[in-house]
Amino acid sequence: MEQGPPGAARKTPLNALHREAGAKMVLFGGWDMPVEYAGLISEHLAVRQAAGLFDVSHMGQLEVTGDGALAFLQRVTSNDVAKIGDGQCQYTALLLPNGAPVDDVVLYRFGPARFLLVVNAGNIEKDFDWLRAQSPAGGCQLANRSDEFALLALQGPRAQEILQALTALPLEGVKYYHFAQGQVAGVDAVVSRTGYTGEDGFEITIAPAAAPAAWTALLEQGRDKGLVPAGLGARDTLRLEARMCLYGNDIDETTTLVEAGLGWIVSLEEHKGDFPGRAVLEAQKAAGPPRRLVGFEVMGRGIARHGYPVQIGERVIGAVTSGTYAPFLKKNIGLCYLPAAKAAVGTEFAVDIRGQRVPARVVPTPFYKRAK
Amino acid sequence: MDPQDRRYTKEHEWILVEGDRARVGITDYAQKQLGDVVFVELPAVGRKLNAHEVFGTVESVKAVSELFAPLAGEVVEVNSLLPNAPEKLNQDPYGAAWMLVLKMADAAQVQALMDAAAYAAYVQSESK
Repeated sequence: MEQGPPGAARKTPLNALHREAGAKMVLFGGWDMPVEYAGLISEHLAVRQAAGLFDVSHMGQLEVTGDGALAFLQRVTSNDVAKIGDGQCQYTALLLPNGAPVDDVVLYRFGPARFLLVVNAGNIEKDFDWLRAQSPAGGCQLANRSDEFALLALQGPRAQEILQALTALPLEGVKYYHFAQGQVAGVDAVVSRTGYTGEDGFEITIAPAAAPAAWTALLEQGRDKGLVPAGLGARDTLRLEARMCLYGNDIDETTTLVEAGLGWIVSLEEHKGDFPGRAVLEAQKAAGPPRRLVGFEVMGRGIARHGYPVQIGERVIGAVTSGTYAPFLKKNIGLCYLPAAKAAVGTEFAVDIRGQRVPARVVPTPFYKRAK
Repeated sequence: MDPQDRRYTKEHEWILVEGDRARVGITDYAQKQLGDVVFVELPAVGRKLNAHEVFGTVESVKAVSELFAPLAGEVVEVNSLLPNAPEKLNQDPYGAAWMLVLKMADAAQVQALMDAAAYAAYVQSESK
């Protein structure tokens, strides 16, 4: 979104509304973003039980167009692009030769020659430079259109009901990881049934100038249905309960997708052809990775936070990649990499919580799964 | 405005003098900075604390904060309800969420702490 003077925090078009609402603001990946409004726990529970509205306009949009777009995307992403049709989304990754992600992204297919990658805010420039370096063949153009879009995430069991009151699009027909184009609150929008919370919900892509009015209309529409504005704090605890990876914490340029439990977005279809990291990922899928990202529950007192050492016996074997108090589950949970031989559910280990060894246990994930 | 009947530290704790004892808690500003508190760890009764010694921990979903003894003394009472109801720290930091009572080693130490007006000015300078 809007780029300020060098060194200044970037602001989404909703920045003034967040400040008016009394949000606590933090610097996140160079962006001045709301971390919470009324309180993290109440926002988290609202999303589980009713609905929450998030400003995620800091996310980036990279467009790939042209007759060569599909072939190019097959060559640089992990998932099988041929599996999705027009109006569908796909969770996928841009990959390095070591099988680790440059970024994890959501791919939108608008047509056979037009795709959009929604990428992590902190990776926009890196991804764009990396894509250009993969020398897209003739008939394929790349464009960084991140400044042209705002992105709102309306999440929770009442999201559809709230959004339906503001759009003529038949939302019931928009299935998980599909999208539709139409008007929301009187402005052009792309509405996808996607999200990062473990709940049903939508992400709404609109022009930055239209964002404040749409944000306000949604909040007003949802007020008597339990909708609240929700910040990045709740977004993080919600995604962790649903065991969704956060780039920079749980996955980065040193963790392979198979290690991270993301083997399901790696396609080994013959028609997909070669892509960076394919050989490594194929071998790890066949023989198993040397380590695995596991979910754990802290059994003693205290919250295992990002970076806290993980020990088996006396040996430090890694660190917590994400950890939090889980507001819906009311447990202390986290993710960390363990050697594959010690990663089975039920395995016990210890987390060093500020000098104290606190027992933890590998548990099945996702920690939270919504009732369908 | 923070209560006028007590003194304040730069670590955002309050002290209410009750004879030779001092009741201790954290300020409204501190609980707001922390956000939703989910974990409180307090010392055992009988522990002797030096001024500025760490006596416990408060954790919110997003942050960890250590608690520092505002004065030297012996812990004669702790709020045993607090570890099981940490959300009280957000709701009533000056009342129900008191943390402990110290038998002061030297009551004169209180004079070195800020009054409500000085604390308000300190918070304002810090949050700039």
